[in-house]
Amino acid sequence: MNAIEKLKTLLIDKPLKLDCGQTISDFPLAYETYGSLNENKDNAILIFHALTGDQFVTGSNPVTNKDGWWSFAVGPNKAIDTNKYFVICANVIGGCMGSFGPSHENPKTKKIYGTDFPVITINDMVNAQINLLDFFKIKKLFSVVGGSMGGMQVLQFVSNYPDRTKTAVPIACTSSHSAQNIAFNELGRQAIAADHNWLDGKYTSKNIVPDKGLAVARMAAHITYLSKKGLQEKFGRKLQERDDLKFGFDADFQIESYLRYQGSVFVDRFDANSYLYITRAMDYFDLAKQYNGNLSNAFKKTKAKFFIISFTSDWLYPTQENKDIVIALNAIGANVGFVEIESDKGHDSFLLDVPDFLKTLKNFLDKSYTEI
Amino acid sequence: MKPEFKIISDLISKESRVLDVGCGDGILMEFLIKEKNVDVRGIEISKSKAQNCISKGLTIIEGNAEKDLEQFPDNSFDYVVLSQTLQAFLDPEKVINELLRIGKQAIVTIPNFGYWKIRLHLLLKGTMPVTRTLPDEWYNTPNIHLCTIKDFVFFSKKNKFKLSKSLALRHNRPSLIKDKNLDIKNLSSNLGIFLIER
Repeated sequence: MNAIEKLKTLLIDKPLKLDCGQTISDFPLAYETYGSLNENKDNAILIFHALTGDQFVTGSNPVTNKDGWWSFAVGPNKAIDTNKYFVICANVIGGCMGSFGPSHENPKTKKIYGTDFPVITINDMVNAQINLLDFFKIKKLFSVVGGSMGGMQVLQFVSNYPDRTKTAVPIACTSSHSAQNIAFNELGRQAIAADHNWLDGKYTSKNIVPDKGLAVARMAAHITYLSKKGLQEKFGRKLQERDDLKFGFDADFQIESYLRYQGSVFVDRFDANSYLYITRAMDYFDLAKQYNGNLSNAFKKTKAKFFIISFTSDWLYPTQENKDIVIALNAIGANVGFVEIESDKGHDSFLLDVPDFLKTLKNFLDKSYTEI
Repeated sequence: MKPEFKIISDLISKESRVLDVGCGDGILMEFLIKEKNVDVRGIEISKSKAQNCISKGLTIIEGNAEKDLEQFPDNSFDYVVLSQTLQAFLDPEKVINELLRIGKQAIVTIPNFGYWKIRLHLLLKGTMPVTRTLPDEWYNTPNIHLCTIKDFVFFSKKNKFKLSKSLALRHNRPSLIKDKNLDIKNLSSNLGIFLIER
């Protein structure tokens, strides 16, 4: 916990009315920055992280001692070049890397919130993070960028604050969580709830964690991040450190062992209740619904230049759902570009070393920056 | 740069909104920005070409014009340009109608299959013509709906499209196509350029 206590945190004293009706105030928002803000304050990029990400975009994460989640894309001379841009990323509220979340203590009851934490939405996450712009005295960002749930935040940001960014790059995302998306998230939540250590979310007080449930949730979700072809090529039916099937329920296959490993390392860095809250926020996301069923209306007030990127093998947020955003933007004559990147790596492509993706992202940002 | 791009640019007024359908590497888009300071968007089906356009700072949507034109509202552009791609569509009639719905005007250029060299090739060699503008063999050509300048003029009349300007290109020099010189232009030109309105 010591590393967590040392995180950069902005204490937000301005009350924030959440979509659920509750108002929160004096809450912490943990964030990290990379590169430096120029004198004109026009080189800032706000990056939004995905479901299990955090503010440590690149470099080394001091809590996990692992590389930042987007180290392929962000850093000196990389796609998001920190020699040029000032990158800000905050841990979403509801998260577990220092921002206000279910593992915090409720000041009224002096107990850990657990499931008494208010249900938050993508809208709430974005409204909490706008405070960072005021803190850094940035009138207008150069860009807002994010993949997956980060992309949803990009869309919500532009619709809430149409004048506060010049460009917007939603990657591998959707404007509305589909039934399939909700189904997979529900599977994860039920896995956590089925773990008898979960204790209706009050596990922290008993000093235990629902690690088995959280691991299963992660395993199931992990499958949705990969493509069938990618899995087949990487694992096929290869056996795990054995010559033949053992006729039992150990991990005979490499894919089983891989998933078990993914589950086990995840529980060390992520809080089960945060997983419930953040997946819920994603499920509630339906930007068109916020605008009476017309997605175009979400973007009517903005002059931001959009660039939308999808991946061929992403079946979690497939190209068509990304294209629906392009269509909504074109319907109002907005400035929108779109490419679909060829990749076998599934939804995870945006986090991985996919050269066409990284090159295209860099080209878009650097070219747009020269237009300022 | 294709010689027709200068002629297309001359048809377009300054600071207008333009959509380049099948914009390839974005060369026409860049030229129009430079010459006419237009607000231009492109649609391109090839991934590598679309990515190349992004690297030039052009606003481009990767997609198939055959179905992705639907997303643009009526009259959302002053001009919609279709340069030498009409013949590659499954349903050129539908595409032209879409161009005229999206754009106040459309600029369509077609490789003229009535050009004398093409006629001669077929007459003398008896095989499908392969030329500089139509470099593919019959079995691998994307050009499945080739037509002549005359065909296109008849097609426009039948559909009651107004041909505001019809130009024929010969040795990279444009000349006007009129009713009385149609047969000659159809024989002597390798490219037709049409400014169309509904």
